[in-house]
Amino acid sequence: MLELKDISKKLDTFTLRKTSFAVEKGEYFILLGESGVGKTVILEIIAGLIKPDTGSVLKNQTDLGNLSLKNRGIGLVYQDQALFPNMTVRENIAFPMKARSLSRDAIQSKLEELARKMGISDILNQSTTTLSIGQAQRTALARTLSSDPEILLLDEPLSSLDVQAKSELRKLLREINKNGQTIIHVTHDYEEAIALGSSIAVMENGSISQVGSPDDVFHHPKSEFIARFTGIKNFFRGELLHDETQTKAFLSDTAKLYVMTDNPPSKGFLIIDGEDVTISNEQTRTSARNSFKGIITGIEKVRVGIEIIIESEIKISAHISKSSLTTLDLYQGKEVWASFKASAARFIKE
Amino acid sequence: MPRNNKPDVFRLIFIFVGGLILLFIIAPIAGIFLNTSAGDFLKTGLDKEVRSSIWLTLWTSMAGTLLLSIAAIPFSYLMARKDFPFKSIILAIIDIPVIIPHSAAGIAILGVLAPNSFIGKFAAKLGISFIGNPIGIMIAMAFVSIPFLINSAKNGFEAVPERLEKAALSLGASRSRVFFSISLPLAYRSIITGLVMMWARGLSEFGAVIIVAYNPMITPVLIYQRFTAFGLKYARPVAAVFILVVLVIFMILRFISREKRNA
Repeated sequence: MLELKDISKKLDTFTLRKTSFAVEKGEYFILLGESGVGKTVILEIIAGLIKPDTGSVLKNQTDLGNLSLKNRGIGLVYQDQALFPNMTVRENIAFPMKARSLSRDAIQSKLEELARKMGISDILNQSTTTLSIGQAQRTALARTLSSDPEILLLDEPLSSLDVQAKSELRKLLREINKNGQTIIHVTHDYEEAIALGSSIAVMENGSISQVGSPDDVFHHPKSEFIARFTGIKNFFRGELLHDETQTKAFLSDTAKLYVMTDNPPSKGFLIIDGEDVTISNEQTRTSARNSFKGIITGIEKVRVGIEIIIESEIKISAHISKSSLTTLDLYQGKEVWASFKASAARFIKE
Repeated sequence: MPRNNKPDVFRLIFIFVGGLILLFIIAPIAGIFLNTSAGDFLKTGLDKEVRSSIWLTLWTSMAGTLLLSIAAIPFSYLMARKDFPFKSIILAIIDIPVIIPHSAAGIAILGVLAPNSFIGKFAAKLGISFIGNPIGIMIAMAFVSIPFLINSAKNGFEAVPERLEKAALSLGASRSRVFFSISLPLAYRSIITGLVMMWARGLSEFGAVIIVAYNPMITPVLIYQRFTAFGLKYARPVAAVFILVVLVIFMILRFISREKRNA
């Protein structure tokens, strides 16, 4: 539906090289990469705010390069919201609809609906200069959605929000996407990518190094950037079960794990950093609630230390030092125990 | 605490020199009022020639400011937003009226408006003569004062984040909607300041106007005429009345713009 073909752009601070990817209708597409690798530039090129030096952006096979900004059907929510300071929240949200000369009634009803969805009905008459970041982000989202974009571009929408606001907005974004809205979301946070993305494109050094499902990207990383988060390989889809205590059971397709969390029971992901996984030759009595017997199927040198892959009910990646490798006498095919504490596991609600 | 002593002396010196500068500005003005008796002041205020000259000064400078702002404000926006070759030359051209002697500016304008010039001949066909006409006065005032409006408005537009305009465009607004609903309201204060400054500069103009139009007499010319013909004693009350009128107007303008800011 949206296709970038060989986009290049040279700017003062960095260069975007021959970038191509495609986003299908209804997809939640994540552009993942460290800050300063040009993720925002890609969004601005799609939105038409920056002209690429080479390449083209196609939407439904139409070259967007020939269309004016207003006819592209693309809505961008800026990282710093870019709300109009001379207008109230209401006027900001109504702005795109007024620009399209909708009737007063149409504007009013759509405005109320959007405000209700975004949970900002009570601040409509406030000046935008008095909002919290969370409120500003919701206002910006409502304003962009009121222009009925075919594709919604989000630039780091969850950064600088506190934990509570983050999880609420994540839920909201997921709902918007479920209602059919195609979203391209830029972030540097891999947890966000796992929690939201149906496809993930990894960006580094001014180009895209890998595109695929979260499983592809994190379990078979092709890039230095992803490989550096060795622990990111330990993420499991499943369901958090009910428990009165804080240590709750989490059921993945193949195993039962324990996690310490305040979250109520729900579907989601469990993430364990590779640094938190301990390997031993025999089962030992420790405080680790999670302990799996498995076979070493991979030993790989990473930037710092060694990564060990263990196949058991689940596939576990452990990050250990070189000396541990020799002390424990680890080799491919050896049977070992991998364990980690319930407090080392992080649950992310779907 | 000995550390606090030094900055205090330093600050006292600054306050002292600041006071001298204020005195330098206030003393001559105050002198005009102190040397004008209430009777003279009242008589001059009621003098028909004085009153009509003040009125003429106010409306010609105001009309020139408003008329030219229609073109000057969009031009300022262009200068704030666009980069093009030789832009610095154009910026320098804008400042020319400020840096040349105003009598020279008057001569330059006279050259363009004189009855034997191209424009003068054209106007004559329509039955208009700029020389000795309020239109000529207006043009001379606007010529010397327009840089104030352009530069102030340009600064105002430059302070509007371009990203807001781009955001508005990508939300489906036309260029004109972006200009009128985002750029103009956000640069509003600087534009008003520019307008007030252009008006103030225009109504105090003497050099350029006296060359283009000695008559009808604007107040700065009238003050000069009374001074040369009758002396200081007769020029002073006119100056006092004019200064008072101008001060009152600008105090009101200041007050209004402050009210707006608090609203």
